[in-house]
Amino acid sequence: MNDMSLLERRVDTKDTKISARKVQVFYGDTHAIKDVDVDIQDKTVTAFIGPSGCGKSTFLRCLNRMNDTIDICRVTGDIMLDGEDIYDRRVDPVQLRAKVGMVFQKPNPFPKSIYDNVAYGPKIHGLAKNKAELDEIVEKALRRGAIWNEVKDRLHAPGTGLSGGQQQRLCIARAIATEPEVLLMDEPCSALDPIATAQVEELIDELRQSYSVVIVTHSMQQAARVSQKTAFFHLGNLVEYDDTSTIFTNPSDPRTESYITGRIG
Amino acid sequence: MPVLWLVLAVLGIALVGYVLGRSLALASAGGEIRNLHSLPSYYGSNVAMKAAVPALLLLVVWLIVQPFVVNGMVSGMIPESEISEGSNLGLVMAEVHRTSEGLSNAVAAGIIDEDTARNPGADPETMTDRLKDAGQVVTSTLTAPILAAAQRYRALHDSGAWIMSGVVLVLALAGLIWGLRESQAEFRARNTVEQGIRALLIAAASIAVLTTIGIVLSLIFNTIEFFRLYPAAEFFFSLNWAPSFSGRGGSSELGIIPLLWGTLYISFVALVVAVPVGLFAAVYLSEYATPKVRAIAKPLLEVLAGIPTIVYGLFALLTIGPILLSVFGDDTVGWMQGQRAVMTAGIAMGIMLIPFVSSLSDDIINAVPQSLRDGSYGLGATKSETIKQVILPAALPGIVGAILLAASRAIGETMIVVLGAGAAARLSLNPFEAMTTVTAKIVSQLTGDSDFASPEALVAFALGMSLFVITLGLNVLALYIVRKYREQYE
Ligand SMILES: Nc1ncnc2c1ncn2[C@@H]1O[C@H](COP(=O)(O)OP(=O)(O)OP(=O)(O)O)[C@@H](O)[C@H]1O
Ligand SMILES: [Mg+2]
Repeated sequence: MNDMSLLERRVDTKDTKISARKVQVFYGDTHAIKDVDVDIQDKTVTAFIGPSGCGKSTFLRCLNRMNDTIDICRVTGDIMLDGEDIYDRRVDPVQLRAKVGMVFQKPNPFPKSIYDNVAYGPKIHGLAKNKAELDEIVEKALRRGAIWNEVKDRLHAPGTGLSGGQQQRLCIARAIATEPEVLLMDEPCSALDPIATAQVEELIDELRQSYSVVIVTHSMQQAARVSQKTAFFHLGNLVEYDDTSTIFTNPSDPRTESYITGRIG
Repeated sequence: MPVLWLVLAVLGIALVGYVLGRSLALASAGGEIRNLHSLPSYYGSNVAMKAAVPALLLLVVWLIVQPFVVNGMVSGMIPESEISEGSNLGLVMAEVHRTSEGLSNAVAAGIIDEDTARNPGADPETMTDRLKDAGQVVTSTLTAPILAAAQRYRALHDSGAWIMSGVVLVLALAGLIWGLRESQAEFRARNTVEQGIRALLIAAASIAVLTTIGIVLSLIFNTIEFFRLYPAAEFFFSLNWAPSFSGRGGSSELGIIPLLWGTLYISFVALVVAVPVGLFAAVYLSEYATPKVRAIAKPLLEVLAGIPTIVYGLFALLTIGPILLSVFGDDTVGWMQGQRAVMTAGIAMGIMLIPFVSSLSDDIINAVPQSLRDGSYGLGATKSETIKQVILPAALPGIVGAILLAASRAIGETMIVVLGAGAAARLSLNPFEAMTTVTAKIVSQLTGDSDFASPEALVAFALGMSLFVITLGLNVLALYIVRKYREQYE
């Protein structure tokens, strides 16, 4: 890890996109997230790090209410997206998820063609008036997903026939095709080889131009490479949240320091 | 010695062998289990196996072969003159068997003594009367050759049984000694027992396969026999089904098409009922129902699968038929004349198939990975959008397989059709008319006093064979599709 480049990386002060206050999550009796306060900025990559089972995925899934699909899961506290409480009764979780997209740990293309995979979201949300517009959206998403060149000749081949890395980029393209404002990524590179990882990381860096990106990762190097802000979770608590460079060079909490230097985990 | 006692004796020897083998092995290791190659019980099992298995196998083979051998030896004693006009050797031999059994039973009942029964000089007429006195069925007066044959048959049968008992017991004891001699510490009893178990499993599997082959062969032979008596082209292409019921009328028309039409029509109605209901039930159970509802509803639905089909038949006849008749009968539109109709049977059969379709589809829908659902919800899709656009397409091949399996059950279903659809073979499009199916006709051709050599009875085998080919084809197709679908997610 090159500390110099970390220090040099410029972090703008930006608007807050998501702000969470006193968030608690319970799975039945298990208290998975305890009193988490966090402000996620717009046009920034925020990394969630922490040992396995500390609640990173759980917290990430709170941000687009994916936890609603788990029967035993209960969320309390406030999570505001652009100043609006997403757990408010009037908010439609389905609409919310169109605004807060998600990419999962394991690539999960639908058993449809590559084209239909990407067109799925735009079709559901009526983003295209006609076929030509839809074609355009699909092409744009695939280009931004850095996979267009590889698939442009076989758009109608099944998405499940791609390699793991291509599938993951397809899933990213699928997620950005709905024009979300925030993109949540749960260990998006854990199934990928270093080359595909590098491609995805490059992509994340590009996405930062227009989106707020939150990425869960187990790789310190990755967090340091792609993110501007880093949050360290431990046993359901948010231990420390700061600029990535600060977390990796000068953490204030001893637990953060032990984790990033590999002593707990 | 009766066979049961013989079996018990062999098992007794095996049990003794087990105990002896165990202790012998232990003794050879100086009482230390760790010095043995295998656990002591393996040595015991090895001895028991060697004592019991060859002896019992021999017993089975002997029991199968002996009648053939004895028959062969006795049938030579029957002179040509005994075989009367219109009869054959088989019938005379049956008479011989009956007489020999009659002799044995009479001896057992104390009516005649053993010496009389064996006496080669006994007068056939007195013997006939005696047997009649003893309540043993003797059709006509016995003739000397038949009596002699019966006596010889009896003697051979009895001595055969004694020899068998002796040989089986000797074999068991030989096995016992062989096994005991092996019971030494260094003998690999564990591996031997393992091989024995393997052989047992292979034997079980072969029995299943061989029976299937046997059934198919018997179908094929009888079908060939039928086509010798009745032209195949008529059978496959004639549009009429009109067997002459006397069984010897010669003017029967035995075309499969009207029956096949009835079968397919009723199955089609059944699938129209079962597929949507079953599929929607499966979607509800796997996607919408809370665990509590699911825990109650799923078993309830599966209870439907446990109801005997005759009950569905009664339901068709007593409930569905009258309801349909009141709606479509002469009082209203006049489409329906009687309670028995394609619709009556089809609806009952559809209800029978609902749990079949729903539980198979439920399994298949559950096999669609959760990650696909998450992916769809994560893009802002609703539940029904996810089901319609992601889950069902992903599960489609499996569901098609389930439907094909259901179809093959519908085609083979009998009782519902017998009760609900009527007996008239008819080519008609009106679903409110009575029709009949292949299975129902197989039943009616073989029930009652049918002469198994007439084409009217043998046609049942040709019908069965056609049905078998159709359902086999459907099943193979279904399994192929289901398997292909499984691979997709593994
Ligand atoms: N569906 C669930 N039902 C019950 N408990 C759950 C469920 N999902 C997560 N948990 C519990 O919540 C806690 C946090 O889990 P979470 O998946 O958020 O961890 P994580 O930080 O993402 O770990 P990892 O790095 O291994 O992915 C764990 O103790 C876990 O056992
Ligand atoms: Mg996780």
